[in-house]
Amino acid sequence: MVKLATPEQAQTKKATRAAFGVTLAELADAGVPVVAVDADLSGSTTTKKLADAGHADRLFNCGIAEQNMIDVAAGLSLTGNIAFTGSFAVFGTGRAYDQIRNTVCYSNLNVKIAPTHAGISVGPDGGSHQMLEDVSLMRGLPGMRVLVPADYAAARAALKLAAATPGPVYVRMGRASVPCVYDDDVELELGRAYVLREGADVTIVACGVEIREALAAAEALAAEGVSAEVIDAFSVKPLDEGTILASVAKTRRVVVAEEHSVIGGLGSAVAELLARKHPAPCEFVGVRDRFGKSGEFEELLAYFELDAAAIVEAVKTVRAR
Amino acid sequence: MDSRSLESQARGIRIDIVSMIAEAGSGHPGGSLSCADILTALYFGGVMEHDPADPQMAGRDWFFLAKGHAAPALYATLAHAGYFPTDELATLRKLGTRLQGHPDSSMVPGVEVSTGSLGQGLSIAAGTAAGLALDGEAGCVFALLGDGECEEGQVWEAAMFAAHRKLGNLVAIVDNNGLQIDGKITDVCSPEDLGAKFAAFGWEVTHVDGHDLEALVEVFGAAKAAGGDVPHAVIAHTVKGKGVSFMENQAGWHGKAPNAEQLQTALADLQAARA
Repeated sequence: MVKLATPEQAQTKKATRAAFGVTLAELADAGVPVVAVDADLSGSTTTKKLADAGHADRLFNCGIAEQNMIDVAAGLSLTGNIAFTGSFAVFGTGRAYDQIRNTVCYSNLNVKIAPTHAGISVGPDGGSHQMLEDVSLMRGLPGMRVLVPADYAAARAALKLAAATPGPVYVRMGRASVPCVYDDDVELELGRAYVLREGADVTIVACGVEIREALAAAEALAAEGVSAEVIDAFSVKPLDEGTILASVAKTRRVVVAEEHSVIGGLGSAVAELLARKHPAPCEFVGVRDRFGKSGEFEELLAYFELDAAAIVEAVKTVRAR
Repeated sequence: MDSRSLESQARGIRIDIVSMIAEAGSGHPGGSLSCADILTALYFGGVMEHDPADPQMAGRDWFFLAKGHAAPALYATLAHAGYFPTDELATLRKLGTRLQGHPDSSMVPGVEVSTGSLGQGLSIAAGTAAGLALDGEAGCVFALLGDGECEEGQVWEAAMFAAHRKLGNLVAIVDNNGLQIDGKITDVCSPEDLGAKFAAFGWEVTHVDGHDLEALVEVFGAAKAAGGDVPHAVIAHTVKGKGVSFMENQAGWHGKAPNAEQLQTALADLQAARA
């Protein structure tokens, strides 16, 4: 079991994106041949921190040209570098999907697609910038691994894991500051899910910022006498089938929560698994086939019914089935 | 290799191009024939440092076929150079082959990266050139683009990046045959003066007859030797379908295989060129 944040650590709020540049700098300091390729957002994604740490030659700013960004990273990987791309998730995946598909994945290159500002975390910028289909897009690509870290410490661990994993990896990071879930030194393994809270009545599988909502929901449910198991499936692909199936065998009821469309993301991955291996009633907390809206992140969590209250409702619905 | 041997080599590559596409029953002869001399100059004219026995050789020069649909030309070139047996060319596009319709780097020795989706090759080449520069490594990076391909906006993103990063170890070659699937590039959606465009982005530009093997060897060699802090563009003026009378300058032969009778005519044309 992974170590969770202490109550003091849990008071700290940090954005997952803040882990990006400093982790790359840490890896570069240690002699790992990482490079960052960004598209005029190096301050926002924090890849600039790599340059600030004395590795200016390892940051390649392509200007506002995301397609070129992905393929420049592809070229840098061919000469032995571990290439991380930046930009916002909406541009860093959608604008450059063909480059990710036909060059990075089809050639199985050592490129890490690691955009920030995913989902509704970009808040007031509105629907044009709130990427809610990126996990779906990336999960469908042969050879691509998909990681959705819950907090700053998990993002650091996911970035290090991506660097240590040969081939294409997607790391999804957000803009908003979110409470710490994990201990600062947490380490994550590819293809593993982590049971963060044990329970008997329902399994809540979540990833990203929905982890803290799931933990809050489990706390609220406990007060009502419902025992919820909470699993962090940060490795959306490959998915830890064993941990999820073992939990569902016990609880027989599942709620999946993600800050992403209900189409094609973690919910779909879990549903595909359960349909094959252990059919069980399942409810999905996510954005329901619609675009985002301007608003503050916390407001939007409630507006799009992604908050702990929505998870509690979904648990009640699935238990009534 | 002297110019007569280079011509013979190019003819052999063209014969294999039309033969393998006829055998496959599909493929892209026009743009493969137009770039056969360019590939011959690079691989057999002493321009590129490469080793068929060690495709990943440190310090090698790199080649990217941005116009991936000219795969038959690349496959024939690599086979003649010794990267894999020429017998295998007859398996083009068939189930189980390494020689996919567009080049797959996971299968074919000598193919640095998979291509086929147009507009990406120059960016990949620029990233590779930047990677070599970062590590202070030798090696010149060549990318072969189609002129129709230059309608893709990403080509100009790459042109901007390469000049900005001062990638003097990068050479973009444009196979300027003037035709694309739907017709003349000037009719479909003209990119206008490609040389002027590269020059406007800060590239050094050279124009060359894309079927003059001696001139190609000289221009490519000079661009590689020049290095410096400016990327090099070579606009190679070519004829689509070059060497096969009924295919020359015909957009209809962009992506169509010759039938048995047409193949015989094509081979006769190419053999006659020997005289």
